[in-house]
Amino acid sequence: MSTEATVPSEATVPSSSKKIKTVSGITVRLCGDSGDGMQLLGTQLTNTSALAGNDIATFPDFPAEIRAPRGTRAGVSGFQVQFASHEVHTPGDSLDALVAMNPAALVTNLADLVKGGLLIVNEDSFEDKDLKLAKLKVNPLDEPAMENYRLVKVPMTKLTKLAVAEFGMSTKEADRSKNFFAMGLVYWLYGRNMDATLRFIHGKFGEGKSVVAQANEKALRAGWAFGETIEALGTSYQVDAATVLKSGTYRNIIGNQAMAWGLLAAAQRSGKEVFYASYPITPASDILHELCKFKNFGVCTFQAEDEIAAMCSAIGASYGGQMAVTTSSGPGIALKTEAMGLALMLELPLLVIDVQRGGPSTGLPTKTEQSDLMQVMFGRNGEAPLPVLAAQSPADCFEIVQEAWMLATQLMLPVIVLSDGYIANGSEPWLIPDVSKLTPIPIVHPTESNNPDGAFMPYKRNELLARPWAIPGTEGLMHRVGGLEKEDGSGNISYDPDNHQKMVQIRAQKVANAAKLLPPQQVIGPQSGELLVLSWGGTYGSCLTAVQKAQEQGLSVALAHIRHLNPFPSNLGEIISRYHQVLIPELNMGQLRTLIRSRYLCDAVGYNKIKGKPFTVTELLEKITEMAKAGNRVTQSTASESI
Amino acid sequence: MSTVLPVLKAEDFTSDQDIRWCPGCGDYSILAQMKKVLPEIGVPPEKTVFISGIGCSSRFPYYVNTYGIHSIHGRAPAVATGLKLTRPDLSVWVITGDGDSLSIGGNHFIHLLRRNVDLNIVMFNNRIYGLTKGQYSPTSVEGQITKSTPMGVVDHPINPISLAVGAEATFIARSVDSNIKHLAYTLKRAAAHKGTSFVEVYQNCNVFNDGAFSYAQDKATRDDTTIELEHGKPMIFGKEKDRGLRLNGLSVEIVNLDDGKVKEDDLLFHDEKATSTLVYMLSRLRRPDFPEPIGVFRDVLTETFEEAVLGQIHQSIEQRGRGNLQKLFNSGETWKV
Repeated sequence: MSTEATVPSEATVPSSSKKIKTVSGITVRLCGDSGDGMQLLGTQLTNTSALAGNDIATFPDFPAEIRAPRGTRAGVSGFQVQFASHEVHTPGDSLDALVAMNPAALVTNLADLVKGGLLIVNEDSFEDKDLKLAKLKVNPLDEPAMENYRLVKVPMTKLTKLAVAEFGMSTKEADRSKNFFAMGLVYWLYGRNMDATLRFIHGKFGEGKSVVAQANEKALRAGWAFGETIEALGTSYQVDAATVLKSGTYRNIIGNQAMAWGLLAAAQRSGKEVFYASYPITPASDILHELCKFKNFGVCTFQAEDEIAAMCSAIGASYGGQMAVTTSSGPGIALKTEAMGLALMLELPLLVIDVQRGGPSTGLPTKTEQSDLMQVMFGRNGEAPLPVLAAQSPADCFEIVQEAWMLATQLMLPVIVLSDGYIANGSEPWLIPDVSKLTPIPIVHPTESNNPDGAFMPYKRNELLARPWAIPGTEGLMHRVGGLEKEDGSGNISYDPDNHQKMVQIRAQKVANAAKLLPPQQVIGPQSGELLVLSWGGTYGSCLTAVQKAQEQGLSVALAHIRHLNPFPSNLGEIISRYHQVLIPELNMGQLRTLIRSRYLCDAVGYNKIKGKPFTVTELLEKITEMAKAGNRVTQSTASESI
Repeated sequence: MSTVLPVLKAEDFTSDQDIRWCPGCGDYSILAQMKKVLPEIGVPPEKTVFISGIGCSSRFPYYVNTYGIHSIHGRAPAVATGLKLTRPDLSVWVITGDGDSLSIGGNHFIHLLRRNVDLNIVMFNNRIYGLTKGQYSPTSVEGQITKSTPMGVVDHPINPISLAVGAEATFIARSVDSNIKHLAYTLKRAAAHKGTSFVEVYQNCNVFNDGAFSYAQDKATRDDTTIELEHGKPMIFGKEKDRGLRLNGLSVEIVNLDDGKVKEDDLLFHDEKATSTLVYMLSRLRRPDFPEPIGVFRDVLTETFEEAVLGQIHQSIEQRGRGNLQKLFNSGETWKV
């Protein structure tokens, strides 16, 4: 993306003449109709805040429908961002400010606004017809509850229309600029620099003379001026740059984008090119959209006729010696299942990425959940274990996918990577790595037979039990692979009972061997004590923040956030044994808890939420506090009894 | 520097595996013709890959000494597409059956054909599920008594050639397992075609559906029940070469040639490049009303899928230069801490 777009020369960082209050962090949610451009507004505010040096975390939340009926509650789209001068790992629990573009957006989001919080509404969209669409009998702005908030009613539609009048646009066209008016107002409120957004406007909507670009710029500036003028807003806020971040060059990165870039990095590290096959599915499709831009990296993207074909074409590409990847979400993974079993039998390296969403069946396509863990662990016929890794944050998608490819190639196995809707669409600052320092992932394709006495042995193994990756085109190494059980070594079809048991055990051991290639589990907090919070996947930010707050309160709580779910890190059992209690918070009914209890015979307690939403820090902290304090009492009473 | 190209023989393509088809199965004949044809095609074994699904026919890759994948039911076209997209240098064959490609794998079959990936599909059509012991297949005829249809099949069978025409396959042919000369010729033609080549082979399952194609196999009847398509030649059939096919409006009709009323020039002349409407009409010719065409129905040249896909990659590299990771990471808005 170009940053060279024409930017008008007049000053774009006007400074406010009003009172400016410095705060350490702000959580704001922008919500409106799904066609109102709230995601764009949120993305711009995020980028601008990141450029201001704030630490950030975002939570875009939108309906599954592209354009749900206008003005209805079903069509409300929101974007929440927390920006701060301290480290943040979540988009925030409660809102300091809420911008609502219509009544439906207001009533569905108001509960999250703190008492005394700033509420900005587009009052032009609170007419009778709007209230009817939102199924409201009374105008919520007239409700006594409004006294709990600092309500600022802004006639955004009218003001935007006036601001862009000179461009002679239709009412409908002019109305499209009102999200930029809202943006201008928010920028004034938080002292944000408009440069990056102006570059965006002129880059996206046309340079120089484009009427749309000019109108959007005008609306943005009008919104800013409105904030500076109106008496209802007496103070603007300033959030200084975060000083806690490691030094280096940063950019904002979205989870799915990080996943795509991680694949490019993994390919470069292994001297391969990406073959990426997928079938469109929410919330994984953005990985396809991102990767198909990189044909000049040699990336071959294949939008297959269905999920099964996507998986199977990845198998074909892997057999041919390429870096093969397929992505999906729960329903698609279900369809790929049989072919994943084939890839496992063929012992070919490839990646299967599951960006989880609310299930079962079609479930909640745009909402987040962690409910595919059991599916990817056990959802195949036969004894069919595969390595499973899970990204913990948007930027971690970049790392995890490279680890997965390293494992896949060193063990000759398909590897599953879990992400989820929350981190796939969320974003955070990313310390840009030095590409020259990326280490190679070694891959060898044999050119000579490994069996001097005769035919090539495609299933003769190395010390990690990996078989050779001999690829078509290599003279003398012709071999056939298939889904039928095969004799170890020769790879010939075998129905021998002892051989089958041996092969099942070898395949399981191969997966177990992954632990030898992965670092041990780290613990954040005391190395032993009362309570261990054991978490995985996209809940990292909430769990970490809650644990840190509990630690600040002097509670004996530590966090072990697991990125490697199969096999578990080799030291995990030992870590668990060092704490009196184990709490496993999950956005499912307790899938990791079941695995942990069965594996370590540990009486872990679950905290489970299945609402399609991420954890709030508050609810986790409450549970942690309850357990840590109760534990202390138990420990004490046990001690007194023993005296 | 001179290189002597080794002369390949059928034995070079014979694997060391025991063949496990039933004695008398039509698959033996197809395997034999394939091994005869492969050395003539001139692609060495290490550059050849056979990919199959599930079913009797799909055991085929084990019996040829090339690279091969015995994949899962119906999915061979998808596996082959992935391989061909990343390794266009390879000669890829998909071996499948009527159940594998038209029932469970119907979707992949259609999409492979319409994409025109440069590979060859040989579909062994025996109108029965053999490996699962005798249930009816999507090409079983109405009324056919099978293990799962004791009162007869009520489904209408799929016509594989019609389906291939509908999917705009660029090479469509039909042959018969026992007509070994014709089969070998057809396989060679398929290999020579650039793009997806689809060959339907009438194959006898002597255990579960014996004699399903005896009319086309039996030397005594086949000249009357089949008509051999030859490019540029009039459509004449019959043991005495005394009948022909003529176009009458939008229908094909059988005409007698022995009474002198119809001349050869009035007949339909086979054209492998003809519009798909005409090819479709030929695909509809079925016993007992018409002789069933064998031979190459269609052979046209269009861009292959991998040419188009890889073409975009090359074009992108040409226009934007080879991608640079560091540049990508640093593109857009960044800031320093």
